[in-house]
Amino acid sequence: MAEDDSRAHIRPAPSFAATPPEVELLRQFFVLLCATATAVHAQSSGTTATPARAPIAPGTGAVALPNADPFPSTYRAPAARAVLITNATILTAVGPRIDRGFLLMREGRIVTVGGGAPPAGTDAEVIDANGRYVTPGLIDTHSHLGVYAAPGGEALSDGNEATAPITARVWAEHSVWPQDPQFPRVLAGGVTTIQVLPGSANLVGGRSTVLKVVPSVSVQGMKFPGAKYGLKMACGENPKRVYASRGPSTRMGNVAGYRAGWIAAEAYKRRWDKWLADRSGDPPQRDLEQETLAEVLRGNILVHNHCYRADEMLQMVDVAREFGYHIRSFHHGVEAYKLADVMARDSISGSLWSDWGGFKMEALDGIRANLALVHNAGARAIVHSDDPSGAQRLNQDAAKARAAGAAVGINVPDETLIRWVTLNAAWALDLHDRIGSLEAGKNADVVLWSANPFSVYARADRVWIDGAVRFDRMDPKQQWRTDFELGFVPAPSAITGGRR
Amino acid sequence: MRLPHMTAALALSIAATASLHAQETVAITGGTIYPVSGPRIENGTIIMTNGVITAIGSTVAIPAGARRVDATGKWITPGLVATATSLGVVEVGAVRDTRDASARGKDNIASSFRVWDAFNPQSVSLPVARQDGGITTVGVMPRGGLVAGLGAAYDLREGAGAAGMLRKAPVAMVATLDNAESAASGSRAEALARLRTLLGDAREFNLFRSRYDAGAMRGLVAGRADLDAMQLVLKGTIPLVISADRASEILNAVALGKEFGLRVVIAGGAEAWSVAPQLAAAKVPVLTGAMNNIPESFATLGQRQENLGLLRAAGVQVAIVGNGAGGEDGFNVRNLRYEAGNAVAYGMSWDDALRAITLAPAEILGVGDKVGSLAVGKVANVVIWSGDPFEYATQPEHVFVAGAETRVMTRQDQLTQRYRQLPVKY
Repeated sequence: MAEDDSRAHIRPAPSFAATPPEVELLRQFFVLLCATATAVHAQSSGTTATPARAPIAPGTGAVALPNADPFPSTYRAPAARAVLITNATILTAVGPRIDRGFLLMREGRIVTVGGGAPPAGTDAEVIDANGRYVTPGLIDTHSHLGVYAAPGGEALSDGNEATAPITARVWAEHSVWPQDPQFPRVLAGGVTTIQVLPGSANLVGGRSTVLKVVPSVSVQGMKFPGAKYGLKMACGENPKRVYASRGPSTRMGNVAGYRAGWIAAEAYKRRWDKWLADRSGDPPQRDLEQETLAEVLRGNILVHNHCYRADEMLQMVDVAREFGYHIRSFHHGVEAYKLADVMARDSISGSLWSDWGGFKMEALDGIRANLALVHNAGARAIVHSDDPSGAQRLNQDAAKARAAGAAVGINVPDETLIRWVTLNAAWALDLHDRIGSLEAGKNADVVLWSANPFSVYARADRVWIDGAVRFDRMDPKQQWRTDFELGFVPAPSAITGGRR
Repeated sequence: MRLPHMTAALALSIAATASLHAQETVAITGGTIYPVSGPRIENGTIIMTNGVITAIGSTVAIPAGARRVDATGKWITPGLVATATSLGVVEVGAVRDTRDASARGKDNIASSFRVWDAFNPQSVSLPVARQDGGITTVGVMPRGGLVAGLGAAYDLREGAGAAGMLRKAPVAMVATLDNAESAASGSRAEALARLRTLLGDAREFNLFRSRYDAGAMRGLVAGRADLDAMQLVLKGTIPLVISADRASEILNAVALGKEFGLRVVIAGGAEAWSVAPQLAAAKVPVLTGAMNNIPESFATLGQRQENLGLLRAAGVQVAIVGNGAGGEDGFNVRNLRYEAGNAVAYGMSWDDALRAITLAPAEILGVGDKVGSLAVGKVANVVIWSGDPFEYATQPEHVFVAGAETRVMTRQDQLTQRYRQLPVKY
């Protein structure tokens, strides 16, 4: 069952609740360390009865545990009237297309989705879709919004801490500029959740952050409550080019670098696990670098691995096996089609473009059927962007990739294709129990499209996040303008136009 | 005495138009024809003979012996025209050895640089643009600097070699006003001043060639070859394609054109919509796209996807050039038709969008008399589509270039076929 995002900020547990015993050990350690910080102590000792932690407790960050949540989400969905969309063509991402269907959302959740007669006598705002399409909010697993913000330039280039080949210590959220004017544009493309990653200069680039595409003064106000962190890793040409003079300067140097990093992390994790078990003597010195890597080894942080070539991806599969972690998604993977069987076997998703390729040697073998072939092999195909322009048209990229599949006999119907931009992406972020499909109980992240979203002519007419309207193509008041845009960028309301 | 630079280039283009063509007669029947230069023809027929369209209409007699292609239910358009690409001069962007689109020039002026001299007809991206994108004519343009040099137009014929593919050269001179850094200038105003000085010096050079050759002239900002090449621009033989995004630089480019009597074309044109009346009045065409609305620099703050529709509504001639992301000038030139579809989604009429990827760019490149529309006497560059060419589900089913159908497996097709079933068998 989906968790309640609107209440997640007051949950006592840290973000990573996947391994309860570990979390419980850590919480006990937290209590110990915080013995003098009474406010923190008080909330921490209330384990189950009163989950009433202040969202920002002074001092929490300074004594944060490994895997604690020092920059907690402050996101809250605004109160919104219930909405009933009727007469819609619905792609739920979990079942067949529903023609003339309805969707009811209330208090941030989807209440019912179905065909036939919509519920009568509701207090909800009723929207007659008149046959238009309704889908889950789209999800981009590979974004650099905020960390490479518009209008660009060195001042806003915050995506690569290119000072060392392994920088697991850096967190992308600390680079995110919430006033990046790219956010509202991506939202207008029907995208409701994005994973913002560090760049690919480094073998290990740092932690990603999962954001809701909503206006906020702080990045904390955008953070998806309870979402796991990701770890950005990168193969191939980028790291070896960036570190050519100091190393790694070769692919073999890259692999040696990953392994050395994990070996150190294993030792760190052992020291901490031992201390957590017996709690004798001083705790080991915290190390932000190792803390993040150790959390990957504990399974609490998801690995997102930028990698182009099949041979390198297969080597990364072996590195992951050597150190006992799982690669959640290969990103870019222009040669994913060459190891799609292995990706299916090992539950590695592919966050891929429809047709980028050719721009460097490791991208040479990009083909348009990549996504379709990965899908056909039984692995999770995901359309990602890595680009603020492409992010606005994930649906179009999916349609393009499907056509390439059809050309080689792989036919993907709309109701399946929608998963490439929704549910499969949600899985890659381990949020598939909360977003990515239109099902009762899930977050009400919903897009109403002007036409079939896989048509080049379709545009998002309205976008809801947690049941609140965040974009309305017909209403300039529902078109978020960032601080930066005021005065600098002409308001779109001056000109309407567009088809359908 | 040196051979005048441009004379050689023009001779080359004349040679190209007289080269090989398809020797068969083909009749395409039953489809809906969008000639661009005329109204739509339902259930129309096109006859192609010896590489040229010899008949088109709804009541056309089919010559005996013609190969028939049934296009019932299909859409037929001219082969698409991509105006500004790096095809054939950049293979792999990150590999220095495959980049031939930019000249060093002198002080970032390279007006005599003929980008086509390095054109590689074996580039693997050429068949992709044609087979996946339905593109049959491409402009190949130089990049970088204040004045990048001269571009050419090629038809994407299979196996014809560079000379056989060449449609025309030169077709344009390329310059920039909106990137002071690229133009090795300290300010956009300095870039403008340097361009103005170059044009003035070139004009003076032409008036006093003998004095120049006698070494009796003051120092000019460029060398002989570059000054000579600029004559094509000053005479209006070819357009000066100026990269300009900010409205103020676009207006500067228009004014420069007026000052020297040039045929100016704006490339980029992020904020062109905001000065559309001035562009229309000056008859300055714009090359821009429909998939970018990001204020990605201070020169493109007003960038919007409605740009093309607004320009067209104001009467500006436009050609669509990809401006999203993902290699639209090379590997993904094939996506031009989706750019047109997005232009329609953002307010352009469908007919105008088709014109903006066919006849309009052909005219801007100066080859509109030969390609870009379906009419008797035109080169038989024809595409039969499974449906609306702007839609993602649509594929080009038959592509004819100069009357010859091309069905080559692209490198990407070969990879796809090889890995269609795993494990791969090499």
